[in-house]
Order: sequence, then structure tokens, then C-alpha cells
Amino acid sequence: MSEREAVHVPFRGKGFRPGHHRWVGALVFIVLIALAEWGTRAGWIGQLTLPRPSDVLAALAELWQSGLFAKHMVPSLSRLVVGAAIGVSLGVSVGVLIGLFTFVRAGLVPLVAALFPIPKIALLPLFVIWFGIDEASKYALIAFGTFTPTVVATYGAVDNVDRTLIRMGQSFGLSWGSIVRKIVLPGAMPGILSGLRISLAIAIILLVAAEMLGAEYGIGAYILQAGSLYDLERLFAGVIILSVLGVTVSAGIGAIERRLLRWRS
Amino acid sequence: MEIRLDGIRHVYGETEILRDISLTAEEGRIACLVGPSGCGKSTLLRLMGGLERPTGGRVLQEGAAPAGSLNPLTYVFQDFALLPWRTARGNISLVLEDHGLGRAETRRIIADVLARTKLSDFADALPRQLSGGMKQRVAIARALAVNPAVMLLDEPLSALDAQTRELLMDDLIALWTRTPFTAVYVTHNLAEAVRLGHKVVVLSRRPGEIREIVEIDKPLNERGYADADLEAVQKHLWELMREEAKAADEELVDV
Repeated sequence: MSEREAVHVPFRGKGFRPGHHRWVGALVFIVLIALAEWGTRAGWIGQLTLPRPSDVLAALAELWQSGLFAKHMVPSLSRLVVGAAIGVSLGVSVGVLIGLFTFVRAGLVPLVAALFPIPKIALLPLFVIWFGIDEASKYALIAFGTFTPTVVATYGAVDNVDRTLIRMGQSFGLSWGSIVRKIVLPGAMPGILSGLRISLAIAIILLVAAEMLGAEYGIGAYILQAGSLYDLERLFAGVIILSVLGVTVSAGIGAIERRLLRWRS
Repeated sequence: MEIRLDGIRHVYGETEILRDISLTAEEGRIACLVGPSGCGKSTLLRLMGGLERPTGGRVLQEGAAPAGSLNPLTYVFQDFALLPWRTARGNISLVLEDHGLGRAETRRIIADVLARTKLSDFADALPRQLSGGMKQRVAIARALAVNPAVMLLDEPLSALDAQTRELLMDDLIALWTRTPFTAVYVTHNLAEAVRLGHKVVVLSRRPGEIREIVEIDKPLNERGYADADLEAVQKHLWELMREEAKAADEELVDV
């Protein structure tokens, strides 16, 4: 037998697999902030281009010390909670109805499709006329903004519930209510929760829009005031608060998902 | 209780699926339905349990369901149809909850069916933690929990590997031997049909008609793996089906 050369079979199965890297996300933030700090100090980033991160931090500290933080945060959070709660609960209910009844679907899906792309901010004056300049119009704006994406996510999720499970329920003679409560709703839960992520992000965006409507206090009002004065440090401080709010909300949904969807992974 | 089909005809749109099917599932016996793929055997089973309405003919149940039967016509599905968010116990309790049995009675029934299907140690496992064979055992336990008059099994072992299938067949035979139940068992696997069927109904390909009904007299608990008598029956069944299966396989699917 002739002498043959043996080489390793090359490994070709690399990549295309979602993995877990814990600290990379934080590192990207740190590097970007460090670059901004260095640039503004060294002068190759102009003062009007980007505020110095340390100044933004100082603005945040000042906001905290002056006690204004709570004064802005409390009304903002209550608007967010009330508005999103109304929008999400109506959205889930309507979405489930669309998913369950073909008649409701035929009637409401075109309407939702028509409402979805409207920039809700454009309807601001209308909301003022309907609900007044007070809190009600702000709740309504946020509720309306979260309603449509929740509806779309919910009926999509209901559509995706495994039909064989529903058929199983029918074959065992479960009542209609039992099938909806014990099969359809839990089966749609993953889709509803991922829809909730989008809806709540939209709620935060609309919070700022809502506070353009003559709000004295609120994170959105704070940002708008700073913006009109070109006070970039305070503007960024406000933006950071919104950002942190978004991350917190997202983490909260993550925690709910881990609890409710433990059966999945 | 018996299920009797009387001149069943079924049509989907333009396609005739089943034609003139009359047969009876006798009390305390297992009737196997075999046929080439697409012959409408699963459809026939859905008609029997009232999950679908036949285009023509009648599906009749004769005699009263036994007292205490919560769901006289009960299915076992090929893909198990377990709720992934409920444990084995929870999946069984699902079908009892609507009947207002009370907590103690529910618990007693669940413990009983789990023991009969040898699942007592897996009561709190979620479906994703269980193997295919275990999942089907849970589904069988769920079916037993409602004390059915007729069990309708739709290819219950087709999603399992060959070894698990043998084990579950033995379990089904043991369950039947302890308390004979009425069953209609749909399968494309002839070995399953001759092991479990008191009679085997051979359907032709679409539109499904009854080609032959083969009675097998050997008692279930005397039938074994690679049994010579059964092999002969199985060979006969295969000869009946062979040409049709080939033709069915070569058919273009235009739905």
C-alpha cells in the first residue's frame, strides 16, 4: 500500500448559531462614551456637535439633587402606565376577538390596517379637542399608539395557536370558554408578549409627544424645554432617562416572559 | 356502545374522499383501518367522532355510553396534542375540569390513569421534558381519564421510533386485556394492524372504499412480535394494498 498523507478533516460548521456574550453589550456602550468624552476634551468633537458625557452626568446629578427628577418622573410614569394599560388591554381584547370571530376580523382588520400607519402625533390637535388639554388627552394619545400594534400582534398570535390543540379540546368536549381560556390564550401568550415589547417602546416615544401638549412637568417636557434652549447637556440627560426607562421596561417584559413561558425553552 | 357507519360518502370541494362506507366498530373490540396514504382513513375517523360532518350517509352510535363516561368518543392523536404549558398531570386534569368532579375525585382519576400508563413518576414533567413515547402515554392516560365508550386512535404510534412503537403496542394490549375497550385504530403500519386489530378494514385509495375486512381470531395477548400467523395475515394485507399504495405514491398532488 502506498504511503498516504492523513490530514484533519477541516471544521466547517462554524457560526450561524445564536450564542450568549454577556459583557459585549456593556463594552460597546463604554467604548462609545469614552470616545465621546475623549473627543470633546481633545477638541476634535465640537462643543455644539455633542455634549461632553461628564457634563451630561453632571446635569443628571443636578436634576436629582434639585428634587426635580421625581417631579418630572412621577407624572411621566403615571401617563405611561395609565395610557399603556388602556391601550394594551383594549388591544389584547380586540385582537383576541379578531382572532376568534371571522365576522369581527372581516370588520376590524381593514380598520386597524388603516389606523396603524397614521403617525399618532399628527392627531394631537384632535385629541386636545376631544379630551381637553389635561391628562386625558395624553392618556388617549399613548393608549391609541399602543392599541394598534397590540391588536396586530395579538390576532397574529391567536392565529398561530396550534389548531390541533384546539381540535383536541373540542374532541374532549371542552366548553368554548375553556378552550379560549386554557388553550387559545396561553398559546397566544408568546406572541402577545413580544408584541408588548414593541407597543411599550412606542408608548415611550409617544410620551414625549404627549408632553408637547402643555405639560409643565414630565421627562418629555424637560427634554423639550432643554431642546428649545439648545441646552444639549440637559437634552441628553433627558434622553438617557428615556433610554433607561426603555431598557427597564424591556427587562420587565423579559422577566414576565421567563415566568409565564417557562414551559418553552 | 358501538359505532356504526351507514353509507358514508365524503367530498372536499370537487374531490371525492370516501365512497359508500358501511362498517361497525363492535363493543369491546379493536377495529383497525388501513389503507394507502390519502385514502381518507383519518377523515373517516374524524367523521366517527363528530369532528367533521359527512357529505352523505349516517354516523350512528348504538347503545348507551357506560355510566360515568365523561366523553364517550375520545381521540388519541398522532402528534399527541398535549398542551406544552401544562404538566402531564395538568394535561389530564384539563379534560376533567369542565365536569365539576371535585378536587378529590379529580385527583383520584389522575392518579389512577397515571398508574395504568406507568407514568406515576412523571406526573409533574412538562411535555418538552418527555420522550415521544412518554408523551403518547400521557395522551393515552388523558383519553382513559374520561372513561371513553369508544377510543378513536389516529395513527397513535406513527410519530414514534420502531422500538418505542413495540413497547407502546405491548402497553395498549395490556390495557385492553385488563379492561377491554371499543376502539377504532387508524394506521398505515400493517404490523400494528395485525397486532392490535380484531378486524382489519382495508380501504382502497381515493376515493376510499372498503376493499376487504379481515377478521383475526387469535386473542390479543397471544399475539407476539414476529408471529408467524400474523405474518401470513400481514402478507395478505400487503398484497391487497401493494398496487394501490404504489399508485397512490405516484399520484400528483394537486390540491
